[in-house]
Amino acid sequence: MISTALTDLWYGFGVALEPHNLMWCFIGVLVGNMVGVLPGMGPLATISILLPLTFAIKPVGAILMLAGVMYGAQYGGAICSILLNLPCHPPHAVTCLDGFPLTKQGRGGVALGITVLASFVGASWGITEMIFLSPLLVRAALEFGPAEVCSLMLLGLLAGSTLARGSPLKGVAMTVLGLILGSVGTDLEFGSERYTFGLAELDDGIALVALALGLFGIAEFMNSINQVAPINTRYTNVSLRDMRPTRADLKRSIFPMLRGTLVGSLCSLIPGTGPTIASFVAYATEKKISKTPERFGTGMLEGVACPEASTHSSVQGDFIPTMSLGIPGDAVMALLLGALMIQGIVPGPQLISQHPDIFWGLVASFWIGNILLVLLNVPLIGIWVKMLAIPYRYLYPSALFFVCIGVYAANNDMFQVGEVVVIGAFGYLLLRLGFHPAPVLLGFVLGPRFEENFRRAMLISRGDLGVFVERPISAAFIAVCLLLIGTQIYFRLRGAKTPVAMVENAPVQLAE
Amino acid sequence: MASLDSALRALIRKRDFYAGGLMLIIGCGVALKGLSYRSGTLMHMGPGFLPTALGAILALLGVAIAIAGTSAESAESDERILPEHPQWWGWLCILAGPVLFIVCGRYFGMIPGTFACVFIAALGDRTATLKSSFVLAVVVTIFGVALFSYFLQIPMPILTWKVGS
Repeated sequence: MISTALTDLWYGFGVALEPHNLMWCFIGVLVGNMVGVLPGMGPLATISILLPLTFAIKPVGAILMLAGVMYGAQYGGAICSILLNLPCHPPHAVTCLDGFPLTKQGRGGVALGITVLASFVGASWGITEMIFLSPLLVRAALEFGPAEVCSLMLLGLLAGSTLARGSPLKGVAMTVLGLILGSVGTDLEFGSERYTFGLAELDDGIALVALALGLFGIAEFMNSINQVAPINTRYTNVSLRDMRPTRADLKRSIFPMLRGTLVGSLCSLIPGTGPTIASFVAYATEKKISKTPERFGTGMLEGVACPEASTHSSVQGDFIPTMSLGIPGDAVMALLLGALMIQGIVPGPQLISQHPDIFWGLVASFWIGNILLVLLNVPLIGIWVKMLAIPYRYLYPSALFFVCIGVYAANNDMFQVGEVVVIGAFGYLLLRLGFHPAPVLLGFVLGPRFEENFRRAMLISRGDLGVFVERPISAAFIAVCLLLIGTQIYFRLRGAKTPVAMVENAPVQLAE
Repeated sequence: MASLDSALRALIRKRDFYAGGLMLIIGCGVALKGLSYRSGTLMHMGPGFLPTALGAILALLGVAIAIAGTSAESAESDERILPEHPQWWGWLCILAGPVLFIVCGRYFGMIPGTFACVFIAALGDRTATLKSSFVLAVVVTIFGVALFSYFLQIPMPILTWKVGS
């Protein structure tokens, strides 16, 4: 088994190193890193904006580029948290705790260097996991009938919605809303129109790009306009020489990195825990086993290395269900999956065997991309630091133009630009009402496939809903679903804070 | 009576009450519209089956959110629906940008569309002046047209005149 995995990986490197694919991977990493550094632009907004540009590329190049954008944006987010104390992306919130004090002490460069290294270690482990676990999962998943696929999707949807910030009830509501939005357009089986209100442009459903850019682009701009605090760039003078950690620094952070990686990969295996929780758990663990826990928060390298490694290993772990089962773990993964679907590729367990170039190319490109990032970040850190100083008032109008032209270019259709405006305004309303729109995307992407499998399962069982609990594998998934709901209710009744709620409150502590 | 009145008023000020209400309205709307599509049986589901069911679930979730928000003393600090300093002008500018892009882009081409979109959107910032917005719009237009029209070959005329045609 190991030898087949290695042969496949070798093949993957062949795909990823083809000049074209290598170029797209490089462009993705570079642009993702660049946009991710900009304060107020998280990976979701970055991927959404760049998504339309990938439609003209072949599927392999497109997915390599988008994945590159994603981890590039994550590196960028880490730079933002360490140098500016701005957690642009929730998983990096804990990195601020020790990263920014280090910056104040003039050791921000070392913190960045350690971050780059920790991310690489974490990601490498995550990739290794992906290589060996995905084929196993696929072998199991190929046996699944529609009932099992349905229950699995249900689990994925539930896990994704409780993962979101805010109340779990609201998260589930957003997922259901996403499922409903996914049913807009022509029905797959009967060809009848649903919720199109007579608009021929809606026959093909709501465009994924329009939905993503409305929710994570326009709604976010509306949320941030005139609210962004002036950026303090006093500490951001970091040069290449500052980034090199000393031997003592390395010695201090190597074990936290490994522990963080372990925590991250464990968290990615539990449904309902993603990178954000992984980073918080990692930080808490590191603090607990440290000999000097009281010094955390004053600029400990361990407090940077551990959560960063954990985040990256967890994110890579999230790719496993996304690519091998077609069940995305969070909104970023849903976007990547949506991009594949736009390219005409059906996600699911058959993906690896039908499109080995995509899967193994992606796996190999993770490594190549991560190495590219290390190489890029070292010489370009000066430029990134300068980009941090771009004021928001120049940023959002330019980004808005990219949103418009991107949505237009996706289908050469002005109607979809109109969709963005409507979805953006509605998305802002949702934000103000305390909803977090990320699960909408999850429901939207999974919706049509959920309906198809549900229909098929019902047809096979002759309309008997009991099939979901009678078949053992499906019953196990349903049991995990109930367990998830049960723990949420338990935490609620006890009045204790759920892990997600703890994460919610953490930025408040940061501000103090 | 007075206590009931004040209780009612306190209830209506709760953000979650509106959040739940919105979900209830959307859910009911979706479910009612779904009923007009053929729903079929469980074994042979019609196009209306799942949307109707989802609408009903969303409506129930809406009720649950509203109840959870009003009964429990929620710890959420931000109960306002509007932020502390509503940015009506900024919001208007952000939404007007893409609308102008659609209108100008359709009738006059990419250059006027881009310029109008960026110029109006930039005016939404409190510190923006006509001059700063103008400069930004010019710069973005030059880069944007070069990138999208010449480099990425987006099939959108850069300058045209389609009024009345």
